[in-house]
Amino acid sequence: MSTDILRFATAGSVDDGKSTLIGRLLFDSKSIFEDQLDAVERTSRGRGEEQTNLALLTDGLRAEREQGITIDVAYRYFATPRRTFIIADTPGHIQYTRNMVTGASTSDLAVILVDARKGLQEQSRRHAFLTTLLQVPHLVVAVNKMDLVDYSQERFEEIKQEFTAFATKLDVNDLTFIPISALHGDNVVDRSINMPWYDGSSLLHHLENVHIASDRNLIDARFPVQYVIRPQRAADPELHDYRGYAGTVAGGVFKAGDEVMHLPSGLTTRIAKILTADGELDEVFPPMSVTMLLEDEIDISRGDMLCRPNNQPEVSQDIEAMVCWMAESRKLTPRSRLVVKHTTRTAKAVVRDVRYRLDVNTLHRDEDASDLALNEIGRVSLRATQPLFADEYKDNRLTGGFILIEEGTNTTVGAGMIVRAE
Amino acid sequence: MSQASTAPLGRYQLSQLDFLEAEAIYIMREVAAEFERPVLLFSGGKDSLVMLRLAEKAFWPGAIPFPVMHVDTGHNFPEVMEFRDRRLAEAGVRLVVASVQEQIDAGKVVEPTGRWASRNRLQTAALLEAMEEHGFTAAFGGARRDEEKARAKERVFSFRDEFGQWDPKQQRPELWNVYNTMINPGEHIRVFPLSNWTELDVWGYIAREQLELPAIYYSHQRTVFERDGILLSDSPYINRGEDEELFEATVRYRTVGDMTCTGAVRSSATTLEEIMAEIAATRITERGQTRADDRSSEAAMEDRKREGYF
Repeated sequence: MSTDILRFATAGSVDDGKSTLIGRLLFDSKSIFEDQLDAVERTSRGRGEEQTNLALLTDGLRAEREQGITIDVAYRYFATPRRTFIIADTPGHIQYTRNMVTGASTSDLAVILVDARKGLQEQSRRHAFLTTLLQVPHLVVAVNKMDLVDYSQERFEEIKQEFTAFATKLDVNDLTFIPISALHGDNVVDRSINMPWYDGSSLLHHLENVHIASDRNLIDARFPVQYVIRPQRAADPELHDYRGYAGTVAGGVFKAGDEVMHLPSGLTTRIAKILTADGELDEVFPPMSVTMLLEDEIDISRGDMLCRPNNQPEVSQDIEAMVCWMAESRKLTPRSRLVVKHTTRTAKAVVRDVRYRLDVNTLHRDEDASDLALNEIGRVSLRATQPLFADEYKDNRLTGGFILIEEGTNTTVGAGMIVRAE
Repeated sequence: MSQASTAPLGRYQLSQLDFLEAEAIYIMREVAAEFERPVLLFSGGKDSLVMLRLAEKAFWPGAIPFPVMHVDTGHNFPEVMEFRDRRLAEAGVRLVVASVQEQIDAGKVVEPTGRWASRNRLQTAALLEAMEEHGFTAAFGGARRDEEKARAKERVFSFRDEFGQWDPKQQRPELWNVYNTMINPGEHIRVFPLSNWTELDVWGYIAREQLELPAIYYSHQRTVFERDGILLSDSPYINRGEDEELFEATVRYRTVGDMTCTGAVRSSATTLEEIMAEIAATRITERGQTRADDRSSEAAMEDRKREGYF
């Protein structure tokens, strides 16, 4: 069976019916097993709950089950004959914004749940903003609990119009609205007979068919060198001069024979061979993990990058980025000293300026802000001790994203999305 | 299901197995590049055999740049031990054994007693001591997020403090494929390259790569008894009650762990194709069907992981 993978994030609170929706997708695709369902039913009954609480399927931690909320991302897996799916079930509360950002960073699509009775809430706007900040290519607004508004087309259109008006402020490429009832299954797997006025796809049909192949950047060739393979086997003279540059293609298409430029040296050479353990390949693309052999001997090590002579990332120590701050114990301020990890390259960096802080609910820019606290997002300028090979995040999530690490505690304290390198 | 057909893969698209393999190889290379002393945890079970194959591929034509470690309860299936030694010799990697028996003999841990006695939980102490003794800073594990609800929450690079503990509330945010590998002395990272694989993906990969497995994964005759709905193999290691009658059954193993807590499933599947058909049709998870160690409480896995378990 050969299908591709779609990674999607779900956002919304338990009250919006997020867990019920995931439970239904898993249940209807036969991805919930009897013993899992038995355990959830047992726990629900033990707590005196009348209905089986499907949230218990994804809220796997003791603290989450005790508090009845999602704290951290849970990953769930299901497959249909058309596609394999990885769900990142992300928390909706503002204090867990960093965990939602984590889940969204690898997603091809996000499903934002809106309660049809309540309409667009502050948190729906925040989820939509974070989704677009992280450049999740496809956005689905699932207007849930349609059964509780008598499957009203008018109500659905109202929410759709309100959301569309808000979305004009965001960078949304692909926006889809689906009226559903997760509890009753309307428009989840099959088209609902209760909403004949809706002529779009069911949610699952949309997930199975949304076109994601061209979301990756297949234009700007980028190969961050991850590891140098130098077999030390005296017995095999063939391997004596072998120097393989191993890594995962982060952008574009590389072909054997292509002229490539090495950064930071700026030297050019050609790809002699592209290898995997299964043999030689003519061309490779993201996210393939391969080994490159080059025609000329150049001093290349981890953290370097191969690109094309006529298409290079910015090589710069000065980076402007949107940063989501994730540290509980300290704020990001000018002169904060941090470690930046960007592709396979690690450097130290100092914060030069906080340009503004963005209100994640209203999108208002506070230009007077001089710091970012936990879960706050703002535009920041950094200077790194070494040049980074930077693309704009909107062009390539893999070469435009970086993490910030605090020295001493070694915790990940920030996520950055490059706006500009200069 | 809404569609019965399989969509053909277009140009520049990877199948799910190619995607998962590429991701796992990336993760393994990242560890080899950033950690001074990684080790691959290896039980001889199907997931660790997939891991070994991925490691061979990641560094080919070079050798695997780290040793493997078996946390040995002493209560292993003999067929698996024989297979372990043969396969590791073929791969040319060094084996480190962390022995639970030695820990018991040295009086560091106490052998549990009673009918449900199992050394499963004692593996944690043996593992952590071996990590410290050898100075390992990263340990690859074959755990998958689809196995268990606490595992579904765990990062690919999972930080452990100096006591080997996992703190599920203080996990490092993990974005894109940028992994934070920084630690202080005494701490380590558990790395799970198969995080995004499902049980069927593992079997699909075994079939595609034509990986050899220990014979007990295939249908065979075995003397067993039933306890709490799980078929346990008769062995000198297990305390069987008089009321637990032995009988012959046609079984295979869906997971391979310690003989005292790994159950067999009734099966006549003798080929990979038959096994995959069986798994595709089953309505019970692999741990639910075969692992007695997960049944002690609702958060049994989370509790063991907090202490430093795999």
